[in-house]
Amino acid sequence: MAAILDAQGLHKSFGAVTAASDINVAIEKDSVLGLIGTNGAGKTTFINMITGYLKPDRGRIHYEGRDITQLAPRDITRIGIGRSFQIPQLYASLSAFENMMIGIGVVLWNAGRGGYFSRGRPLVPGYDLPAEQVAERLLERFGLAEYRDKNAQVLPGGVRKLLDIALTMVARPKILLLDEPTSGVSAEEKFAIMEMIMQAVRAEGITVLFVEHDMEVVSRFAERVLAFYDGRIIADGPPDEALNDPEVKRYVVGGELHRLDAAQARPRA
Amino acid sequence: MSAGRAPFTLALILVVILAVGPFAPQWTLFLLTIALAKGLVVLGLMLLLRCGLVSFGQALYYCIGAYAAGMLGRYFGMSDLFTLMLAGMAASALAALVLGFLLARYRGIFFGLLSLALSMILYGLLVKTEALGSSDGFHVLPSTLFGVRPADAWVRYAVLAVAAVVAVIVALLVHRYLDTPLGKLAPAIKDNEIRVEYMGASARYAIHVKYVIAAALAGLGGALAATTVGHVDPEMAYWTTSGEFIFITILAGTGSVIAPFLGALIFGIIQTVAFGISPNTWQMVLGTSLLVVIVFLPHGLWSLFRRRKAA
Repeated sequence: MAAILDAQGLHKSFGAVTAASDINVAIEKDSVLGLIGTNGAGKTTFINMITGYLKPDRGRIHYEGRDITQLAPRDITRIGIGRSFQIPQLYASLSAFENMMIGIGVVLWNAGRGGYFSRGRPLVPGYDLPAEQVAERLLERFGLAEYRDKNAQVLPGGVRKLLDIALTMVARPKILLLDEPTSGVSAEEKFAIMEMIMQAVRAEGITVLFVEHDMEVVSRFAERVLAFYDGRIIADGPPDEALNDPEVKRYVVGGELHRLDAAQARPRA
Repeated sequence: MSAGRAPFTLALILVVILAVGPFAPQWTLFLLTIALAKGLVVLGLMLLLRCGLVSFGQALYYCIGAYAAGMLGRYFGMSDLFTLMLAGMAASALAALVLGFLLARYRGIFFGLLSLALSMILYGLLVKTEALGSSDGFHVLPSTLFGVRPADAWVRYAVLAVAAVVAVIVALLVHRYLDTPLGKLAPAIKDNEIRVEYMGASARYAIHVKYVIAAALAGLGGALAATTVGHVDPEMAYWTTSGEFIFITILAGTGSVIAPFLGALIFGIIQTVAFGISPNTWQMVLGTSLLVVIVFLPHGLWSLFRRRKAA
């Protein structure tokens, strides 16, 4: 199957620290990739380079055959790559519905609809519905209907994560990069949230890359796993294969277990 | 009062001004016209404030508008009020278009102080420019309307009527703008610029546009003030003038396009009454009134209407 996204020879350093070293990844359309690795392994740097927040020192990134290496985040968003954040990036003083409406407004603006001289209620591209209906529909799809009129800053952590992803969906991306969609969410809620996200996202035929520390979540939802360590990809393959790779077991899964053990061993207040 | 009723309210205010104007004392006509001029400047400041940007130098564009209007009369003998206002607006918008490439890159205190610095540079230049009257400034030709000079008893009313019509049209245009995706982006820019970028919009572009609109409004206000007062001087670019505009913005609130005009009118009334009562300490009255507003109405006088609606 043709690659929708192709990153070749990516390298990124911050002073003496190498955050990405010779990253080569071709991502197929309609696939679901899990990105694993300990903190500082280079997962978020990889996402930041794909979405234009960071520019690689070397290497190129192609999306649908087009070189996007030097594009700004807004241009990358416009051509179909969306992202959510580890810490949800919302409009804190606005309600969930208003958050959605701002996003939809930008989509309308970029499509040349809803400008100063436009009349009536323009239809949102890709949805062919008025803005309010698109907002309601997406809120419902992500289980956020009951939070519609609540300010984003007072929403619980898991709900904020979902709103962050729902917000990304207004532009109907072809690729969605989710940075730790279940971090800060209780172990019991993780699967339910991932299930909801995947259902909503996969129904649109979107290619998904998600960063995750929980290996059970990764093995359940990812079709392919990229394991990062020290800025490099040390394993790339189906979950069974990648998670059983000796290097991954030693540096990533072991690291995660060590992290978990350390957290459990910490005295409780 | 909801923002959706603003067009109706504006139309009503215009009718009242036009109907009552001929019977009102001359000094109230002057007070109202100056309030409209300052209200236009504050309307622009409101656009910036909604993005979280406070310009400490909006007097720059007020002054450019005023001098552009004055210089048209001084050097080309032009006195038509519409032409002068258009010229003031265009000159300020053009200056903001150029300076906006620099200003739109900055946020917070850097934006505020940089705008202040630019206005003080203009002040310094004008004070040293003898051709423009240095610190004394120069007189502006009396206004005409389509080549006709209204009778002396009707000049103030004619200028007020034109100012009111222009202000209402501009307020309606801004009201419409606030309802567009670009207009609605302001609170989003204030809250989270990263998310704005990752939604596919350029926060810098949006700010640049708002900056130019704000400057155009300030230029329009400046030209109107210049023709109303009949004089321009470098004080119009001085930091205290910018401070006055910020004072009115805080006093008024950012809830509606009507608020800046209401704020400017109340500011003018407080200033006039306080000066009449106590010429040496009138600033103290102004300061106290602002303090009261900040403590009891942190969202400005306009929040009184919101509260009434909520109740």
